Amino acid sequence: MITLTVNNQAHGVDADPETPLLYVLRDELGLNGAKFGCGLGQCGACTVMLDGEAVFSCVTPLSVVGARKVKTIEGLGTVANPSPLQQAFIELNAAQCGYCIAGMIMRAQALLEKNPRPAEDELRAHMAPNLCRCGTHMRILAAIRRAAAQMQAAALAKPGKSPVR
Amino acid sequence: MTMDALSHSRRAFLANTGSLVIGFSLLSAEAFAQPSSQRLPGDLEGNPMLDAWIRIDPGNKITVFTGKAELGQGTKTFLLQIAAEQLDVDPKGITFITADTGLTPDEGYTAGSATMSSSGTALMNAAAQVRDILLNLAARKSGLPVTQLVARDAAIHAPDGRSWTYGELVAQDTLHLRAQPSTKLKDPKDYRLVGMSMPRVDIPAKVTGGAAYVHDLRPEGMVHARVVRPPRYGARLAEVETASVEKMPGVVRVVRDGSYLAVVAEKEFQAIRAMQALKSAAKWEMGPGLPANQDAVWSFLKSAPAQTDVIVDRALGAPVKTVEANYARPYFMHASIGPSCAVAVLRDGKLMVWSHTQGVFPDRQAIAELLSMAEDDVRVIHAEGAGCYGHNGADDAAADAALIARAVPGRPVRVQWMRDQEHQWEPYGSAMTTTMRGGVDASGMVVAWDYHFWSQTHATRPGGAGSTIAGWLIEKPFGLPKPSFKPSPRGSADRNAVPYYKFANAKVTSHFIATPMPLRVSALRSLGGYMNVFSIECFMDELAQAAGADPVEFRLKHLDDPRAIDVIRLAADKFGWKGGAKAPAGRGYGFSFSRYENLGAYLALAVEVEADPATGRVRLVRAVAADDSGQAVNPDAIENQIQGGIIQASSWTLSEQVRFDGNAITSVDWRSYPILRMPDVPDSIEVHVINRPGQPFLGTGEASQGPAGAAIANAIAHATGKRLRVPPFTPEVVKKAIDS
Repeated sequence: MITLTVNNQAHGVDADPETPLLYVLRDELGLNGAKFGCGLGQCGACTVMLDGEAVFSCVTPLSVVGARKVKTIEGLGTVANPSPLQQAFIELNAAQCGYCIAGMIMRAQALLEKNPRPAEDELRAHMAPNLCRCGTHMRILAAIRRAAAQMQAAALAKPGKSPVR
Repeated sequence: MTMDALSHSRRAFLANTGSLVIGFSLLSAEAFAQPSSQRLPGDLEGNPMLDAWIRIDPGNKITVFTGKAELGQGTKTFLLQIAAEQLDVDPKGITFITADTGLTPDEGYTAGSATMSSSGTALMNAAAQVRDILLNLAARKSGLPVTQLVARDAAIHAPDGRSWTYGELVAQDTLHLRAQPSTKLKDPKDYRLVGMSMPRVDIPAKVTGGAAYVHDLRPEGMVHARVVRPPRYGARLAEVETASVEKMPGVVRVVRDGSYLAVVAEKEFQAIRAMQALKSAAKWEMGPGLPANQDAVWSFLKSAPAQTDVIVDRALGAPVKTVEANYARPYFMHASIGPSCAVAVLRDGKLMVWSHTQGVFPDRQAIAELLSMAEDDVRVIHAEGAGCYGHNGADDAAADAALIARAVPGRPVRVQWMRDQEHQWEPYGSAMTTTMRGGVDASGMVVAWDYHFWSQTHATRPGGAGSTIAGWLIEKPFGLPKPSFKPSPRGSADRNAVPYYKFANAKVTSHFIATPMPLRVSALRSLGGYMNVFSIECFMDELAQAAGADPVEFRLKHLDDPRAIDVIRLAADKFGWKGGAKAPAGRGYGFSFSRYENLGAYLALAVEVEADPATGRVRLVRAVAADDSGQAVNPDAIENQIQGGIIQASSWTLSEQVRFDGNAITSVDWRSYPILRMPDVPDSIEVHVINRPGQPFLGTGEASQGPAGAAIANAIAHATGKRLRVPPFTPEVVKKAIDS
């Protein structure tokens, strides 16, 4: 039994330590957000956060996760109480099929937690590992910019509070 | 609903026809102004009963059905808007059911940018006719004339304060009526939902980890399967030792049927490991090879025996300046981000399949044939997948799930392809090659236009088991039906081959090569439209140059359709197009126009590109599109589709080409088939939607594919002085052209 901390909750998982994190999240914990896209770390559909860093969960074996904290899109917010990024993606209809979007949001979350005001070229370079085939890129970028602005405004309104959930 | 309950309710519908006579008197007299032999609007023609589309129960639960599927275009949102508008119901008060052979009308495929014109039109008319019936029922109940009654919020209201919910007005079979050819539609000026950018209903779940895709289904007792594909088309499984694989942890069983090979395991990663082991164990007879490269395919297209059709033949005039050009395109992939997936379960001789197919009914036919089952015993339910942009691996994965589910009856089977399987086995968008010869007279008008295109089919969809990979590989295989071609208004290979411009003289010739098919191909967003529009719109620029004319003015003087002229003027104006304007160093401007299928949406596009002379890298910097999709139902959804089409087509045009050698497809992942990434996308894309209230829906989804390719090529020519005619315009290609 391996203990895995996902979205601040500890889970005992009965799986081969070589199993990529993606399958554990989806099949053992029933989390839908991270998606299988390539299994090769080339498309980012499986992106989750590991101790604040965006990682490809499809090529991250359980044995490598260890005690590090996993965060998935389910840990950001809910339909009733969305995080700033989730809210911005909903407001801008920033999806077509939406298959890549959870990965996009998690990679953006990792960026904004470190760099709340990325320049446009920093933002684009950071998002480069994640593919979108529907061509929703302009809206995805706009939603990240909108969320960043909102997080900044919220941080200014409440000094001392972290701007990021 | 269980399958038994379903067939019972179907029988009940069919048995009960007595209500028809009563029902007719419930429609307003206007509805009978037209003879009943007239065609019904949209897909009501094939599915004429109103309760196939709309049902209302006594508790006022309102259910609306469409045979179309959500593919990421916003179907579940804009069709709901249309129904809610005409029904005068809050969209939140409607249960909306999409493509399901057990529940919904058969509307064929969700394809061809036709969801709006076929299903949207059907729902608009069905909903309005239902509202009309409800008003008449309330009139009868109240003794008041219909003109004094108002439909609002799923109820009919009388001026005296009385009101009746829709559920209170309908009896069980009230809506079991044939739709009428003409409808009392709302005046578009009274629209409260149609024309508004209602937020997409599916996005909140998709951004919070809700179950949104077929990939997310986890029925009780589900097992995971993976398939093992041959190394290339036509290879046959010679032998495979399965005993050791069957002993691997979690493996439930290996499925082998002829050359068809798959493995089922309790857990997903166990299935993947077993698949890898099985792949190593399999020995194949390779069969015929592939063409050596793309050039060999184009040569084949030009030299193979072809069916030749002259689609347009008007005598060519006498130009003072002539131009000739050859264009071609390679195979492109659909390249869905999520590999194809399906879930199936066989219980008590009944098969249920959840698939992201574009056509649940044709897919059911293919699966029933593959498994030698009666179609009535198979139910195919659409569940969303990653965007498909045409016929990708969805139907094949559904066939896989069905075949594997038969081997483990009672257990739901989820199968998902691996990335290399999706890349190697999806049906690609057909390669094409074209030639243009034309000329202008002394006044700069086109007086000669001679266009030839060479293509294989753009449609090998199911029905039929022979359209699925599983069908080819099993012991008693089904052959792919021989593709056929007939010129048609909407067109397939010939889509948009006939120029929309008013040329006095023109000739258009199709060369269709049915077989052999070197690579598997089928419908990819816009079919032949991409290459035909690319050829026409590049050639218009080449002719404009010969005539010494501005590309925008040159197009305008060859058009007489005011709506075409409107989108061109709007795109040019919003872009700031100035005839003869020079772009900054290393940059260029390009323009294009097309009316999709020559009867769908109008789209004009102006773009700016940068072409780096040092590296040859081209980037689309800015795009300004003007669109007329008729009555705009959800302008934001139109913008989203057009932005997406421009970016996707720019990816095709600048970077994509299916690679292969004589042995195999070598585009097996995102490195060997690169698509556009974030740093490559434009600085901005503007989409200006011209709304035409009350006009027919024209669809949107594929309208920008051809124009985007041509506008980019035209802009590269403007930036570099070099005319490139064969995408993709990779840095190597562009650099070579610049240096030549």
